[in-house]
Amino acid sequence: MEAVNNVQSKKLRKEKVAAPKGRRWRKFKENSPYLLMILPAVLVVFLFNYLPIYGILIAFQDFMPGDKILSDSTIWVGFQNFERFFTDPMFWPLMQNTFLICIIGFIIGFPLPIIVALMLNALKGKRMAKVIQTIFNAPHFISLVVLVGMLTLFFGRYGLVNNIAASIGGERYSYFLESKAFRPMYILSSNWQDFGWSAIIYIAALSNVDPQQHEAAILDGATRFQRVWSIDLPAIMPMISVMLIMSIGGLMGVGYEKALLMQTDGNLQVSELISTYVYKRGLTGVPDQAYATAIGLFNSIINVVLLIIANTTSKRFSENSLW
Amino acid sequence: MAKEKAPKRALRDTVGDKIFYTINIIVLLILTLIVLYPVYFIVIASFSDPDAVLAGKVVLYPMNITFEGYSKILERTDIWRGYGNTILYTALTVVLSLLVTVPAGWALSRKTLPAKKLFMIYFIIPMFFGGGLIPFYNVVSSLGLVNTIWAVVLPSILSVWNLFMTKTFFESSIPSSLIEAATIDGAGSFRIFGSIVLPLSKAIIAVMALYYAVGQWNSYFNAMIFLQDETLYPLQLVLKEILIASESTTGGSGETILQQYRLANQLKYVSVIVSSVPVLCLYPFVQKYFAQGVMIGSLKE
Repeated sequence: MEAVNNVQSKKLRKEKVAAPKGRRWRKFKENSPYLLMILPAVLVVFLFNYLPIYGILIAFQDFMPGDKILSDSTIWVGFQNFERFFTDPMFWPLMQNTFLICIIGFIIGFPLPIIVALMLNALKGKRMAKVIQTIFNAPHFISLVVLVGMLTLFFGRYGLVNNIAASIGGERYSYFLESKAFRPMYILSSNWQDFGWSAIIYIAALSNVDPQQHEAAILDGATRFQRVWSIDLPAIMPMISVMLIMSIGGLMGVGYEKALLMQTDGNLQVSELISTYVYKRGLTGVPDQAYATAIGLFNSIINVVLLIIANTTSKRFSENSLW
Repeated sequence: MAKEKAPKRALRDTVGDKIFYTINIIVLLILTLIVLYPVYFIVIASFSDPDAVLAGKVVLYPMNITFEGYSKILERTDIWRGYGNTILYTALTVVLSLLVTVPAGWALSRKTLPAKKLFMIYFIIPMFFGGGLIPFYNVVSSLGLVNTIWAVVLPSILSVWNLFMTKTFFESSIPSSLIEAATIDGAGSFRIFGSIVLPLSKAIIAVMALYYAVGQWNSYFNAMIFLQDETLYPLQLVLKEILIASESTTGGSGETILQQYRLANQLKYVSVIVSSVPVLCLYPFVQKYFAQGVMIGSLKE
């Protein structure tokens, strides 16, 4: 059956190569239902992904909300909005805040899931590993609003941490009004929420390790730790590389959703990020949309450049790359 | 017990290995506690006496159990209206997103899709580059969606990541011989998709439905920027006001603040519980599907 199919499809392919125009048209007609199936997705992506890319043009204009993007009265200002950003007193603080929260988050958040996956994999009881993994994955499904709400309940002036501190005679400390506490709270809560979820991908890769490799290593007298180090870890190395490239691509791409929820007047000097600044300048107060769009574009260009650098570097030194 | 089952293995476990296993399990159990405790605390605090909570006495078990908070939240019409809105938005998002994502994923997985390369590039670009917040806002606004539920629903009905996950699933789990056989039998593309492919794809449909549902259930940002009418607010936006808005506006004298805190605090604990109950109840039953999704996604990478 398989063989017959093969012969048939080979025949079909041959015919296709030599197909005259009429047959190619028939082939197209035969496959046109696929075009219909893909059409809604093409439309949605066009509306919400490509039209905004076209909208970037306003970054090079003197644009007022309600203006048309291209019309006779469009005033082009070149790179003026970008120059404004580079001389904005907020420029360096924003760059620094965004970079620091990403890099510290990366240093803690990147290895943690790998270590957890290796540890879960080395657990003897497979049932227990399943149960623990289920628990580790759960916080991923808590919404950001609830997560930040929980942070305020634990670290607020009258939250659990302060209540315990006060009951043993300590001082109350307003974690949410202090700049110093913002980054640790932001990064640790993100890790609390996602370390288990991020580990899944490594756990899946680990389940593909050939058990015979382990058996052979045991016969050679390798300890369990040696086996983790020289069998398990190399086995997930390709996955680690891919995740590394993606993380580096996102190194300046921290979103506004969580930071906005955690911002207070007290911690603004470290919690104002490029993305939250774009939101504030572009959509609140007296909106300056052209300026905000320029800042956003600057940010996404940095991300694309970082991604390309990471990918090229990885390609040069190993076999692993995204493209 | 281990001796009877696997005597060889028991012999192999050296002292060093035993130490390794012990440390491993201890660290994992500590991590488990770190994950569970905050959730546990919210639960016990939600039905403990608010004064005991504020005094820092409630740490390991509930004290002076009271359900005042729960009866108070029944009176909060904004929360229940938010609940209703969120259910509506989530249901619409799931239905529409499946209608858009699954057929497109199937089409993309076919080698015979005309201009396949072009379509692939078309969908890959948005994964790495986008217009950003302001142009996105302007598009939604110029489509006339601001302050309608469609501003919340429509932008969420297609995630390119999910589309590629669906495509990978179809490529790896629908045998091509099956499709070829059906084609030879004269079935059209739509028939094949409807009566052969879909029945074999329950797993990916479940995964997609769950991903889109959780995404919409938990999101607040699009609703915050696009909806002005409070009666349209989804649950997360109502929660945001209850949970977070008050923290930065701390002022006034100690006593009144404490009194306000006393009242507001219990409501916070209760609203965290009430809003998370559906997801938490569903979670143990559906978690294997979520994990499956991550694995499908990782196949190609």
